[in-house]
Amino acid sequence: MDQVMDIITAQNLTYDQKLLQLAQAAENSVDPLHVSDKFRYYFEKGALCDMNEGKAPYRPRYILADFQKFVQNGSEFLRLKPPEDLDDLLTSLCILYGHIPSVTGRPVYVGNLDKLIDPFLEGVSDQEASKKIKRFLNFIDRTVANGYCHANLGPEATRAGRLILDAEKELQNAVPNFTLKYDPDITPDDFGEQAVLTALSCASPAFCNHRIHGQTYSGDYGIVSCFNILPVRGGGYCLSRVVLPRLADLASGVEQFMEELLPEALQALGEYMNERVRFMVEESHFFDTSFLVKEGLVDPDRFVGMFGVAGLCECVNTLLKDRGGFRYGRDEEANDLGDRIMCKIHGFVKEFPAVYSKLTGDRYFLHAQAGLAPQKGVTPGVRIVVGDEPDNIMDHIRHSARFHRFFPTGVSDIFPVETTARNNPAAILDLVKGAFSIDDKYLSFYTEDGDLIRITGYLAKRSEMEKFSKGVPVLQDTSHGAVNNYRNNHVADRKVRF
Amino acid sequence: MASAPVNKIIPFSLVDGPGSRTSVFLQGCNIRCAYCHNPETQQICCNCGICVDGCPAKALFVQDGRVVWDDRKCVSCDRCIKVCPHCASPRVHMLDAQEVFLRVQKNIPFIRGITVSGGECMLYPEFLLELFTEVKKVGLTALIDSNGTVDFSLYPELTALCDGVMLDVKSWEPQVFSALTGGSNEIVKSNLRYLADRNRLEEIRIVCLDGRVDAEAVIRGAAEILAEKTALQKLKLIRFRRFGVRGSLENAPSPTEETMLNLYELAQKHGFRKISIT
Repeated sequence: MDQVMDIITAQNLTYDQKLLQLAQAAENSVDPLHVSDKFRYYFEKGALCDMNEGKAPYRPRYILADFQKFVQNGSEFLRLKPPEDLDDLLTSLCILYGHIPSVTGRPVYVGNLDKLIDPFLEGVSDQEASKKIKRFLNFIDRTVANGYCHANLGPEATRAGRLILDAEKELQNAVPNFTLKYDPDITPDDFGEQAVLTALSCASPAFCNHRIHGQTYSGDYGIVSCFNILPVRGGGYCLSRVVLPRLADLASGVEQFMEELLPEALQALGEYMNERVRFMVEESHFFDTSFLVKEGLVDPDRFVGMFGVAGLCECVNTLLKDRGGFRYGRDEEANDLGDRIMCKIHGFVKEFPAVYSKLTGDRYFLHAQAGLAPQKGVTPGVRIVVGDEPDNIMDHIRHSARFHRFFPTGVSDIFPVETTARNNPAAILDLVKGAFSIDDKYLSFYTEDGDLIRITGYLAKRSEMEKFSKGVPVLQDTSHGAVNNYRNNHVADRKVRF
Repeated sequence: MASAPVNKIIPFSLVDGPGSRTSVFLQGCNIRCAYCHNPETQQICCNCGICVDGCPAKALFVQDGRVVWDDRKCVSCDRCIKVCPHCASPRVHMLDAQEVFLRVQKNIPFIRGITVSGGECMLYPEFLLELFTEVKKVGLTALIDSNGTVDFSLYPELTALCDGVMLDVKSWEPQVFSALTGGSNEIVKSNLRYLADRNRLEEIRIVCLDGRVDAEAVIRGAAEILAEKTALQKLKLIRFRRFGVRGSLENAPSPTEETMLNLYELAQKHGFRKISIT
């Protein structure tokens, strides 16, 4: 009970943050999952990880409600009629957000906002719409107050999209994180460039390869949290991960790693995920009881289990330490081993039977997991460790594209750029176009002079991180993790481009 | 195949024209601007060897009376160009158009084109023609960054092939130009008209520096020549910065924000609509 008392008496947490942490402590006081000895072994070694999702999952990790449907039908449970004007729409959305759970206790997806808002702008002046949109975005920032919360834009250019980008630039909010679904064949250059300029001012939006990600699932998709690509009207059950560097620590050599450790750990992780999903579906009764399901805003058949991979870089570097010291991202020998490891993991996941995974053909999907705050020596997903980035950004992106191909549910890179890039947003857009044409799936930019900074994928405000470091409560709970993550992942030392 | 002395290739540049471009810098210039910010590109190496001994990476040596640079050893400390008394650089390779093209090609699909700059790249028109012929075949655009003192009308094929010229109009009055550069600007003005008539004037650039550059006169003069095309003409007002400058202006101050804004307003008054200040 020490932990509970620590939460109750903490001086650096807000009331809401205490409530959420107490809920998690309560969840973790029970242990209903049937977990294999193999999983426990690798879990204790740090090679398998449950992402602290909680011991008794009673809601999916991420939910992407079908807001379009909500706009059409309203909600009987919430006693809301379909919105008739912009005020109705924005208020209804705010109400619904408060009832969408996730692993953070708050919604991680607030919709493809431009598409939701644009039909309601008829007869509303730019000035009036802008004022209401800013109010709405501030509501999300101040109430959701969690960096995993994500809004989407595009791929088409709309008046609402432009107003939202302008508003973001002015507000400098960390929440929601924005991603532009970008396809050069659909998204006009001027809208793409406006998105670049916005990103160079407030670190958001990021750019998602719509041409590729649009094909991931039947039906619509959305981007949530740290760049997770998931089905709309569904979501992600859970995200469990193999922490490759900790597995490599146990290896006696490359072949033993490939042939013994990796298959055994992957099997244990797959079985663990099946148990989590089974419990959630069969025992927690979330899907039987939630009004989101009853009203068709969420379809239980549209959930995906995310099979996470983290730290490929350090894994390869560890395995090759005594074999020439080749470095992932720098040397072809290391990159080739990384590719081999990923092919093995991809091969496993392609064959492993996943429970309650109708949409994905009874399979889990790979996700390049972007990190957990207190962890050291685990570079997100398949990214290159800070300090080893190729000198030439084009080489960096080619490397990324090679490894992005394994991941349908999200993989990304983050590039800090000099502020001078603001003078030529078209050049950054050229880079995005080039990257996406070679099947890179996702990238984001930020300038170093701003208050907003991308941590693993989510945004945090430097000013909040500094306050929290001094023991002062701050609004956003993701600022807590950001402090550690910023330090442990050497975020300040990322190679600044141009 | 034509060759040219290549000082540097920047694979991905954001500052040499629209979008992202590979920039190729050729060695050698035909004028001597007092505010030149890369004076080491002005002359071709005369193999005096002064730079060789002090190279900390031993990347320079003399072979058959010529200074040779080993780019694999070079640590880019810039010592050699600092000690060169001739405004030259030993870090130059003679490359033919095909060799340069192969280096450009590696940057596809991330770039939309190339920009060749200098020194003065128009000293190597055959090289440019061959290089541009290659890059245009693969769908890239090709821009020339020039001081405008080489007569473009002598090279109609190159002018037609390139996508545009970024023309540095350094000053308007002949005596101001001569004091600044040691040369004559008669051809710069005729190039301005020639390129504008052929829709090849990508951008007019003026490096603004109080007391040495008659930027107001350039704005007025260019607008007069461009006439109705003025509104569509990109004009870049570049603030003088002492970075890299040697000699009398190495400590000269940059123009104030107010000066730049005044020039901006003057350009507007004369019909320019696409003006940027950098």
